[in-house]
Amino acid sequence: MTTHTFETKHIQSGYDNKTILNDVNLSIPSNQISIIIGANGCGKSTLLKTMARLIKPTGGDVLLDGKSIHKMAPKQLAKVLGLLPQSPIVPEGITVADLVGRGRFPHQSVMKGWTKKDYEAVAEALEMMNITEFADRHIDELSGGQRQRVWIAMALAQQTDILFLDEPTTFLDITYQVEILDLLTDLNRKYGTTIVMVLHDINLSARYADYIFAVQKGQLVAEGKPSDIITSTLVKDIFGLDCAVINDPISATPLVVPKGRYHVKS
Amino acid sequence: MMNETMNKIIKARKKRRNRYVGITIILAIITIVLCCTMMILGNTIYPVADVIDVLLGETIPGASFAINEIRLPRTVAGLFAGFAFGAGGYIFQTMLRNPLANPNVIGITTGSSAAAVFCIIVLHTSSTVVSLAAVVGGLVTVAIIYGLSKGTSFSIGRLILIGIGIQAMLNAFISYLMLIGKTNDLPNALRWLSGSLNGAELEMTYPLIIAVVIVTPVLIYFAKQLEMLELGEQAATSLGVNTNKTRVILMISAVLIIALATATTGPIAFIAFLAGPIAQRVVGVGFSNILPAGLIGVILVLGGDLIGQFAFETRYPVGVITGIIGAPYLIYLLIRINRKGDI
Repeated sequence: MTTHTFETKHIQSGYDNKTILNDVNLSIPSNQISIIIGANGCGKSTLLKTMARLIKPTGGDVLLDGKSIHKMAPKQLAKVLGLLPQSPIVPEGITVADLVGRGRFPHQSVMKGWTKKDYEAVAEALEMMNITEFADRHIDELSGGQRQRVWIAMALAQQTDILFLDEPTTFLDITYQVEILDLLTDLNRKYGTTIVMVLHDINLSARYADYIFAVQKGQLVAEGKPSDIITSTLVKDIFGLDCAVINDPISATPLVVPKGRYHVKS
Repeated sequence: MMNETMNKIIKARKKRRNRYVGITIILAIITIVLCCTMMILGNTIYPVADVIDVLLGETIPGASFAINEIRLPRTVAGLFAGFAFGAGGYIFQTMLRNPLANPNVIGITTGSSAAAVFCIIVLHTSSTVVSLAAVVGGLVTVAIIYGLSKGTSFSIGRLILIGIGIQAMLNAFISYLMLIGKTNDLPNALRWLSGSLNGAELEMTYPLIIAVVIVTPVLIYFAKQLEMLELGEQAATSLGVNTNKTRVILMISAVLIIALATATTGPIAFIAFLAGPIAQRVVGVGFSNILPAGLIGVILVLGGDLIGQFAFETRYPVGVITGIIGAPYLIYLLIRINRKGDI
């Protein structure tokens, strides 16, 4: 198990001339699952993208093992740091195994063909995601949940120590959401992969996260273990939602039960 | 279990590799056959032995002139221009992930033509300057289309629509130049308007040959990066591709060979548009299809030229033939894309 330090120092970031993140300092716990939560448009996705070098911060820096990720060779960085974007594009007619194989790019040199290690990594990723039977199928034939498993398998084939995921469960049925999060937990437990993701569902976040970062209006407002930080006050603060926080009967993690205008019980 | 999976992947990859190599070889053979046919057929049909003798430097009255001065330049021009259009078009289509995003449709070839015609009619420059202007014209057109389509967020649909608009403007500009041009400049300028291998001269093809020879290895070197770009900007970046650098290098390389091909044969209709999708169809996806696309470009140009020369009573330039093949495909594609709601 390899440990890394991964920090942001005073990052300021956004799109075009609009600053979304302001002076965010955080340190990602190594070999754990961290989840970034926050309301729509609060900057959580921008934070993830800035950490995964998709957006260059306008101020501050992102440091991997003390070195700025923007000063590292892209391919070298890609061996340590992977990202599954929210909506990657499927090339027309590509097979599952081929797509997963593209995750091997940072490990391959230009002129050389595939090595045994490449095949092993792809096979392992396919098996871990339970998609071996689809290996020769076209992506277009798969369901949403299966597709998402293929994309995660591609990120797995990249064999990075740190994996970022931008809302990996969006558009999936609840069954598949749980399945994907279980698989990511498998990955974390088996290889010690540091996982950082943005998730919409606060209850699933509380269940699966070892560590939570709460973002509000471009700033980090709370961080810590779910059981320590998820309170009705925090939820009210960042989502503007009145709620009760009870104990999840299954996982013994905080469970947010929303109130509404028609359902208010003190 | 693990080994079983590995074998499955290895087998599938081998199968596709074999298919890729096999079909590329077949395409290369067809290309060679077409080149030979181009050398043999004409007003007089010369036997293969004569063609070889002439090419080796022997002088055969009649045959020497026809082969060295007419058929060889014609074949060479078609060979390299076809490859340039095919490979360059494929690069654009793959990089921008849309078959419509290619030099024919978004006006890059028209940009080259406009710059060249301007040099011929208004500035009266030498042919070297004209070729250079064509390259610059192509690059500037790309830069304008790219800049305008960037806006707040880059959209390929917008790029294509802006490209079509720019092309219309450039065509109007060319028409205006032709109106004000002097009569003796017009034949020279006309060459830039429709693709033809007629009147090709060997010296004129040298810049194109040099460019293709230099650029092709660059394209093949970046083929893997191009495959990653297909997955989208974000996925490619996280896989370690320097997306901006890759895009700029690929775009300049593709525009360079396309512009020089346009300088040599004129914009042969639809080759850059057709070659990529045909290559994907016959070879399949999974590997980068730059070479097959280039070869299909050659086959379309040489095949189209042979049909234009010999299939009808009147001789037609190759651009007319490829236009007849390409236009229906463009319409088909527009209908299909419209159904999918992609643009």
